[in-house]
Amino acid sequence: MTLFLEQLLNGMQLGVTLFLLAAGLTLIFGIMGVINLAHGSIYMIGAYAGTYVAATTGSFLLGIPAGLAAAALTGIAVEFLVVRQLYDRDHLDQVLATFGLILIFNQAITMIFGRQPLFVGLPDALSGSVELLPGLFYPLYRLAIIAVGLLVAAGLYLLINRTRVGMLVRAGSTNREMVRALGVDIRLLYTAVFALGALLAGLAGYMAGPILAVQVGMGEQILITTFVVVVIGGVGSVKGAFYASLLLGVTDTALRAYLPGLLRQVMVGPEADALGAGISSMGIYLLMAIVLLIRPKGLFAGNT
Amino acid sequence: MRTPITTYLSLAVLLVLLVALPTLADLANYPAFTSVATRVLIYGIAAASLNFVLGFGGMVSFGHAAFFGIGGYVVGILYQHYSLGEPLFGVFPGSNQLLVTVPLAVLVSGAMAALIGALSLRTGGVQFIMITLAFAQMLFFLFVSLKTYGGDDGLIIRRANELGGLNLRDRPTMYYLCLTIAVSFLFLLWRIVNSRFGNVLIGLRQSERRMAALGLSAYRYKLAAFVISGMGCGLAGALMANFMRYVSPDMMHWTKSGELMVMVILGGVGTLFGPFIGAGAFIMLESLLAAWTENWQLGLGFILLLLVLYTNGGLQALFSRLFRRDA
Repeated sequence: MTLFLEQLLNGMQLGVTLFLLAAGLTLIFGIMGVINLAHGSIYMIGAYAGTYVAATTGSFLLGIPAGLAAAALTGIAVEFLVVRQLYDRDHLDQVLATFGLILIFNQAITMIFGRQPLFVGLPDALSGSVELLPGLFYPLYRLAIIAVGLLVAAGLYLLINRTRVGMLVRAGSTNREMVRALGVDIRLLYTAVFALGALLAGLAGYMAGPILAVQVGMGEQILITTFVVVVIGGVGSVKGAFYASLLLGVTDTALRAYLPGLLRQVMVGPEADALGAGISSMGIYLLMAIVLLIRPKGLFAGNT
Repeated sequence: MRTPITTYLSLAVLLVLLVALPTLADLANYPAFTSVATRVLIYGIAAASLNFVLGFGGMVSFGHAAFFGIGGYVVGILYQHYSLGEPLFGVFPGSNQLLVTVPLAVLVSGAMAALIGALSLRTGGVQFIMITLAFAQMLFFLFVSLKTYGGDDGLIIRRANELGGLNLRDRPTMYYLCLTIAVSFLFLLWRIVNSRFGNVLIGLRQSERRMAALGLSAYRYKLAAFVISGMGCGLAGALMANFMRYVSPDMMHWTKSGELMVMVILGGVGTLFGPFIGAGAFIMLESLLAAWTENWQLGLGFILLLLVLYTNGGLQALFSRLFRRDA
């Protein structure tokens, strides 16, 4: 039971990380109709910039503004220089141009920081564990990630459903042309949404730093999972992204935790481990295939 | 359509050049070029297959590396069972005969394409891109976890397949084999594109609704095209396995799907020769940049970006814009 709760929390932690990425990606797609493969690179840039500053200054807190700023600025630059020209192109051009961006960012980071992964220690205040239930100790830092993720989700909910900007965002994802025709400066809105998405990706990257190794390629790994989240949740739906992230996070973690053990009862140890790991990695894709077969537009798709 | 005589002439000249290529490479004291050309031909077959669904059918598949990898693994797995002498699933004997392994590779990739296509084509647009990507990743992780067949490390095929008395380890022989297959494949594609089936496919890309109004079932045509395309990629994968004498899950990694797409767009979407030009350009670019700087991916990224943003229709369109103003 303790193990199960612990895995559930691990799953939620992965889930909120995915949500931070997926929220931006789904908004960018929903409003601008752009597939942005470089979203994972922005996550990586946030992680590198934040971790670098934190490692140099020794202060975890100082890393936060650094990571966020680097990610948001990169996002704005990418929108301004590249994505702006892709709004009216077909998906193929968008995929290829942003694939090019991935190559550029990966190589640039390798040139600046080298191939060695960066590490950052946990901040002192968050390095311990807490006893959530009798016998269930859980690292404070992971709990903090879950809390931040849920706070961001709540903030996004308020932003999108309760403010004027949010109204424009919702309107933009329903009918882009109409919003433009009503005289809204859609370009500014696009840049703002792109920057917001990049900011969230940077936050996710920096927070993942102490748990994972900060290295080139970290962006693509999570990017594909994020795409699965976006597609399962329904492209353009932040609510869908939220539920799908948690669903995926928990499913993936549970498969990885329990499947090798189950397989070991019918197979030899090492082979069971390998096959278990393989099938666990396939799990989320299988989930996506099933969801799309039942609801081809995803769970929470809008009318578009 | 009227084909000008100059087109036939330039095709004949091209063919002569391609046939003479290994000799020319030897004369230029650069025999390694034959290997490069073989790789171009193999990737060209794969890219042309992708282009068939992408350029002619308008289906943006981001998972075609899966079929490339399956084709390769069929050859690898059959060879492993042949060399160990134990039958596959306890029933089928392994094989090292090219005339057995390659057609089987094509069939198996076709069957996989039928399965993946039947499920993926229920969606469209961005969901189609993502679901094809997801299926390819699924297969990638499956092969990573199959320790029997090398897992992460892949399978080494100690000796290339046998085909009559030919020695496929010999570079020029392998080159001529690939050239023959590539030319036949291109001819086949040309026939398909210009057939009634091809016309329907192009019509579907332009307007699915119009085709439905004509009483045609879009789904069936698209699925058939997807299967043909998967078979082509499987063929390329099987040849690659013989050429490299090695298969690994990397063959079906998503970046490989991306590379195939880059080749298609480099050469020009929806053209017959484009993918081969694109494959050539991509491999040349890769080796030139890699020889020049360790950070070749940076250059490749910028070239790709500029190409997408500032040319419409890839290298072939660029050339025709430069050389034939009226085209």
